[in-house]
Parts: sequence; structure tokens; C-alpha cells
Amino acid sequence: MGAIRLENVKKTFGNIDVIPGVDLEINDGEFVVFVGPSGCGKSTLLRLIAGLEDVTAGKILINDVDMVNESPAKRGLSMVFQSYALYPHMTVYNNIAFGLKMAGEPKAVIDEKVRNAAGILNLTDYLERRPGALSGGQRQRVAIGRAIVRNPAAFLFDEPLSNLDASLRVNMRLEITGLHQELKTTMIYVTHDQVEAMTMADKIVVLQAGRVEQVGKPMDLYAKPANKFVAGFIGSPKMNFIEGDYARARNCACVGVRPEHLLLSTEQGEIAATVKIAEHLGAETYLHVNADNIGPMTVRATGEVPLSGNDRVWLTPDPERIHRFDASGNAISN
Amino acid sequence: MDSKFKTPFGQFAYSVFAWIVGLTVFFPILWMVLTSFKSELDAVNMPPLFFDFNWTLENYSGILEQSNYFKFAMNSIILSFGSTFLGLIFAVTCAWAMAFNPTKRTKDTLLWMLSTKMMPPVGVLVPIYLVFRDWGLLDTRFGLIMVLFLMNLPIMVWMLYTYFKEIPKDILEAARMDGATLPKEIIFVLLPMALPGIASTMLLNIILAWNEAFWTLNLTTSDAAPLTAFIASYSSPEGLFWAKLSAASTLAVAPILIVGWFSQKQLVRGLTFGAVK
Amino acid sequence: MSTRASTLAGRVMSAPSIIALFLWMIVPLGMTIYFSFLRYNLLSPGMEEWIGFVNYKFFLTDHAFFASLANTLILVGSVLVMTVIGGILLGLMLDQPIFGRGILRILVISPFFIMPTVNALVWKNLLMNPVSGFFAWISTSLGLQPIDWFTHAPLTAIIIMVAWQWLPFATLILLTALQSLDRDQKEAAQMDGAGPVSIFFYITLPHLSRAITVVILIETIFLLSVFAEIFVTTGGGPGLSTTNIAFLVYTQALLQYDVGGASAGGIVAVILANIVAIFLVRLIGKNLDA
Repeated sequence: MGAIRLENVKKTFGNIDVIPGVDLEINDGEFVVFVGPSGCGKSTLLRLIAGLEDVTAGKILINDVDMVNESPAKRGLSMVFQSYALYPHMTVYNNIAFGLKMAGEPKAVIDEKVRNAAGILNLTDYLERRPGALSGGQRQRVAIGRAIVRNPAAFLFDEPLSNLDASLRVNMRLEITGLHQELKTTMIYVTHDQVEAMTMADKIVVLQAGRVEQVGKPMDLYAKPANKFVAGFIGSPKMNFIEGDYARARNCACVGVRPEHLLLSTEQGEIAATVKIAEHLGAETYLHVNADNIGPMTVRATGEVPLSGNDRVWLTPDPERIHRFDASGNAISN
Repeated sequence: MDSKFKTPFGQFAYSVFAWIVGLTVFFPILWMVLTSFKSELDAVNMPPLFFDFNWTLENYSGILEQSNYFKFAMNSIILSFGSTFLGLIFAVTCAWAMAFNPTKRTKDTLLWMLSTKMMPPVGVLVPIYLVFRDWGLLDTRFGLIMVLFLMNLPIMVWMLYTYFKEIPKDILEAARMDGATLPKEIIFVLLPMALPGIASTMLLNIILAWNEAFWTLNLTTSDAAPLTAFIASYSSPEGLFWAKLSAASTLAVAPILIVGWFSQKQLVRGLTFGAVK
Repeated sequence: MSTRASTLAGRVMSAPSIIALFLWMIVPLGMTIYFSFLRYNLLSPGMEEWIGFVNYKFFLTDHAFFASLANTLILVGSVLVMTVIGGILLGLMLDQPIFGRGILRILVISPFFIMPTVNALVWKNLLMNPVSGFFAWISTSLGLQPIDWFTHAPLTAIIIMVAWQWLPFATLILLTALQSLDRDQKEAAQMDGAGPVSIFFYITLPHLSRAITVVILIETIFLLSVFAEIFVTTGGGPGLSTTNIAFLVYTQALLQYDVGGASAGGIVAVILANIVAIFLVRLIGKNLDA
């Protein structure tokens, strides 16, 4: 069981409001991702939940019990750190067993749990090694193993994949998702990478400057961003924003169109543009164009498109999928 | 500057030169050790005898039998180890607090500690002497352990602080998440990880305490006097007992010389307060 | 880690050391300052009275003060020059490939671990004795008159033995700094056509400047308090020729029992040391932020 509720959680360092006040509901078994640019307060929020930092005000309820004044150990959560934070002087076995030893579990129980976790994570052959003798991916697994054995109410992940190279990151992403499906334990996962957020989350929390910009399922955020920030942050390549006369004609301050929602034509269309750079990826083509009277835009076309610099093209936004924003950046419902 | 020597001969010639320079620097120690194996007569022979003298252990046996050498040696051991262990208990906790729970004043506190180390001992000689006299601490091991402990405490805190700073905070937080209480966090996680640093801090302190010769000369007469004072007692009968002086000196410096050789790398960090690593 | 509990634990755990050091340094220093304004002699107890700056006036106008101040400055200055230059040369020497470099390094560093009393007596007798010392033999072998160090050049003798003791410290620190010099930088300079001498003056020496500063400051602090070497060899003499401030304060306090005068002298020594200490603390403080 691991339902977590934040009620008006605030954190200030000196005079700076890092978290001005967050309310959030995390259901039992949910995979929640905190995403946002660096410095948005997502790691701080995670550390507040973990108990590694004190809240300035507000409540943190874990299974309906306010844990604000409890030490990290008492909250029944476990955490995977960005640096893995393995104990370098202990073997893999002892790293995983440490929390259980601290809890005073009997030796036999510890042994069973450690070997069980090692089995799940393919670490059985490495139990007697020290972290220094492991690869990055293996260290990551040890860190996860250390978290699993304690049967926590929830797992906290603090940018756990950012120290891995790109291909390993994709693998670990799948492993963690698989682990969640297997364990069905609540997970809170912090990342600055919107791809991780989109692919892993049941629920995404987008943060900026300590404020929650939007909470929702990945596809809801993609389809119905609440404001310009979320619209720009979720999705890659980024959404195009068009201001000026084009927006005014549509009764808003700004129109947003995702690059994949622009119909590309070499003959006719709504917006005329000149190709600056064409990136050919095989399965798709990204065109960076300079639209007449509008400026730089990005277009994502499926498959190979035989265009290159200085070619003239015409773009037509899919009218069903344009986003309109008012002067303060909030979305206007269609 | 960095010329990889063009020929093996070039490197050989340079090595010979370097060894001559090095041995010249080392010569007083070498000469002291050689003299300690001479008879008193050979020790003052002109021209000096290098290796062709009658090697004898009589100076060593003489010292070990007659003078209460063991009492002094035991005092040196008790004072240096005692002050080091006492210092370690204080310094580990203090350095832990400063490295992992810094406050706005931590930096100033560290620098203040450093500045106490820079105070010349004569600045506090008079009151310390009077307090020791009034409290009956003069010439006691306890009193001297306290002095040596306090004298080196800033260096210990600093050294441990610089070692602790190199340990990622994450790991201690992980231990906390794993349910370790503060003492367990320090004993099972911090100390094992900092063991090399703690060992070299201890070694440097033993060296400094062993060789300390201001307070040991001023605050002891016989009961608590360590080897520094024992050697100083050879200063009066000039020129007569060179071989014995050398033997006593060799005995006094040999153990710490060996400790010193092991800790030479950490010495830099300790004595520069981390300013040079 | 800034939870209230851990901040509190931090305070509690650093307090013992801070209190201990406070009691050890600040309280006695306060007492020294207080004593320095008293007429206070251990030979005439009960006669203490407040006399203002009289002790300072006596101490600072005494010719012994000027002699010992001069001796202190000469001692510190000479040892600094000898150890810094010697340390750079030895550091450069040891930074090259040498057969058995590890052992050679240990030999060069050894003098630092010799206790001051042993250092002083070995130099005074075995090496510097005018009749059967090793240096006397060298002089006579070269057809020169042996120098009677402790009669004719006592301060020089002390300077030499102290310099010998501190040479390894300078060497070790400068060698450490040399080894941290980026090889690429030297190679880039070589590509730019710089010879060994230009490389030394334009790259190596600037790189060493911080380490040299540290050596100078730390040695100064310790050298201002040289005591044991004087205590066991010359006892400050002949006359006042080897008395430094530290030794002068010692004689006033523990030989003449003049607590007031010695305290005033101690405060003067503290002020002298603090002039250096301020620079050192600043330097290290800057380093702490980095």
C-alpha cells in the first residue's frame, strides 16, 4: 500500500520560495513522473517526500498518516539516487542487505530477500563483488535491489538514468517499467527528460519554478496541454508557436502546432516557407523552415521527403489539432 | 624541464647526481646512525670513521640498561597515542558535522580553528603554566595529553573535514533511507569509507605529538617527560657521549621515521590544511 | 540534508571541539592579556597590582627585545629563503625519472620527522663541533680553519639546522604541486618553441606560486616559534645572539618568574604571528570555497 498525498507543501531556502505550495494526489500503485527543466524544484519535492529535507509548511500523508515530522527511515519509502549512492566498501550482497540489517531482520530472512531481489535483477553472479567492479547498468540494478528488498510503500527515483549512456538508458527504462508492472508498487520518478516521462508514467506532473503546471496522463498532456509551458515541454521536436496576425485571426494571442500536425506540400497550403535545413532520419524527416511573415518553424514528415535547403514548401496545420493560448499563456478550449 | 632522457646513460648519470644530492640531505641522519654503533673513542676520531670501525651495540645496551629510557619511551607512546585517540573522537564528530551539516557559520568556525593553531605557544605559556601548577597538572601525563590533544585538534578536524568532503552526501542519505540511525550511519558507512583518511590523520598526529618539544620541555620534569626531554638531557655534558647520544637519538627517531615514511603523501594535505593536495 | 534533526545533530556534535579549543586558546589568551597589565612576579606573590602599559613599555624598550626581534626576523627570513629555493630545486630534481626515486624521496623527506631536540644535538655535536665534528674534518681536509660555529656564528648554526629540518616540508609540497602540473601545458609550450628555461619561468613557476605562498606562510608560523633547537644548543647565547622572541618570553616567564613582563612579550609574539596568520587564513578560506 502506498498512497501519497501532498497538502499545500511549501519549501523555502532563506528567502527563496523553492516550492511555493504544492497539492498532489498519488494513488496506490501509480507510476508518477515529476518532470521539468533543471532547477524547477522536482528533486527538492522528491527529497521532501523522502524526508531528506524538512518542509517549511504543509502536510505529507503516506497512507493517510502525516509523515512530516518523521525521519526518512520511518516513512517506509526507499530511494534510488542519481549517483546510485552504493556503499563502496560493501559487497553487492551487503549493499542490498544493509537496510534489512538496520531493521534488525533475522539473517535467514535477509538472505532470502537479498537472493530473491538479486534473481529479479540478474545480479546473482555478482553478489560478492564490490560496486567498484560493476558496470554502470549493474550498479543501477544494485541500487534498485537495495530499494526493492525493503518492501517500501513507494519507490523514489531521483534521475536514475542520467548517468547511463543512451542505449543503456533505453534498456533500463524498459526494465523499470517492467519492474513496476511486476511489483505494482507506487513509484515516484524524477527526470528532466520528457521522453522518459511520456514512456514510463501513468501520471505526469509537470513542474516549473516549484509550481505544478499540469497533472495528467501522458497522452492527455500531449493532446490537451493546459498552457504554453506544458505544450512546449512535452513532445519532441517542440511545438511551434505562432503569434501576430496569424494568431489574431484565430482570436487568441498565440497558436501552437506540433511539427507532426503540419501537412507538408510542395505546391500549395496555408503557410508558405523556405527550407533552411533538412534532417533525414530515414523513418521520418525533420524540416527546419523559415515561414514567410512568421519565422522559424519545425515540420515533422513521415518517411523520406526529398527536400533540401532553399526549397519552397507550403504548410497546413491540422485544424483539429491546433492549440490556442491567451496572452498569459493559458490554453483556450476549442 | 620534462626531458625524457634521450639515452639510458643520460638517465643513469642524472640518477647518480640526484642520489648524491639526496644522500647529502639525508647525511646527518645517516651519520647519527653510524655513530650510534661506534665506541665513544671512535665517535670523536679524526678523521671521521665511516665504516671501518669496530661496530658495537654497547651504546644501545648501555642506554637500555642504565637510563630509564623505557620510562621516557613509554611516555612518548602514551602521550602521542593518547592525544591522538582523544583527538580522533572529538575530530570525527566535529568534522562529520561540518562536512555534512554545514551551516552559514561553518566556514568561519573552521578558519577560527585554524587560527588557534597559528597562535604562538608563548602567547599562552604563562597562563597554561600557572593553571597547570595550581591544578597539579605539571609533569603529569594527563596534563600533557590534554595539551597535545588540544594543540593538534585543529589539524585533525581540518584533515578529516577535507577527507569527509570527498564522500558523496548521497551515500549517507541512502543509509538514512535504509533506516540507519545517526551513530550507525557514522559507524557502518562514513568511517569505513573514510578509513584511509582517518588512518593518515592519526599517523600525522602521532608524528606531531611525538616530536612536540615546546610544551613537553616546559611542562615536564621527569614523571611525564617523553623522549624529546630525554634527548634534551644530553645537552649538558658536551662532547663526551656522542655515541650514546646517537644511540639514544636513533632509538627516539626510528619509530616515527618509519611512520613518517608511510604517511608522507598525507602530510602535505594535513600540514597545508588542504590548501595543497 | 538540512532537516532540523540533522542540523541539530551537527550543532551538538561540533560543539565539544569548539568549546575545547575555546577553552584552550581564547581563555588563556585573555588571561595573558590581563597579566600583561599587572605587576606580577612569582617570586613576590600577593604583590600583584594593575600597572597599565608599563610591562609593554619595558618589554618594547628593552634592548633584549630588539635583539630578539632582529634574531627572529633573520632566522625566519633566512630559513624561508633557503627552504623555498632549496625546495624548488629538490622538487624539480625529484620530478624527473630517477632510478629508485621512491626511496630517494623518502631519504630527502626524512629530516622532517626528526624531533627538534635530536636535530639540534646531532648538528651541534656530530657535525658542527670545531674539534671532532664532521664539518671540521671537511674544513681541515680543504686546508681551511674549522669554524667554531657556536662561538662565532651561533645564529647561522641554528638557521642551518632549522632550515635542514624544514627543507623536506617545502620540497614535499612543491613536488606535489609540480606533479599536478598539466603535462599538456608543458607540451603545448614546447610546441610553441619554448625552451626548458622559458618553460620554468613562464609555466612552472606561476603554477607553483600558490604552493610557494602556502609554504612561506605556514613555515613562518612555525618558525616564529622555534624553541627547542635554541633551548638545547645555545640557551639563547652567547649573550643574546640566539635569543628569539619565543625564547625571550620563556626566560622571562620560567627563569625570571616575571609573569607580567612575559605576558606582555607573549602578546607581542601573538601580534607578530597574527600579521602572517591573517594572510594565511584568507588564502585558505578562498580555497575552501573552490
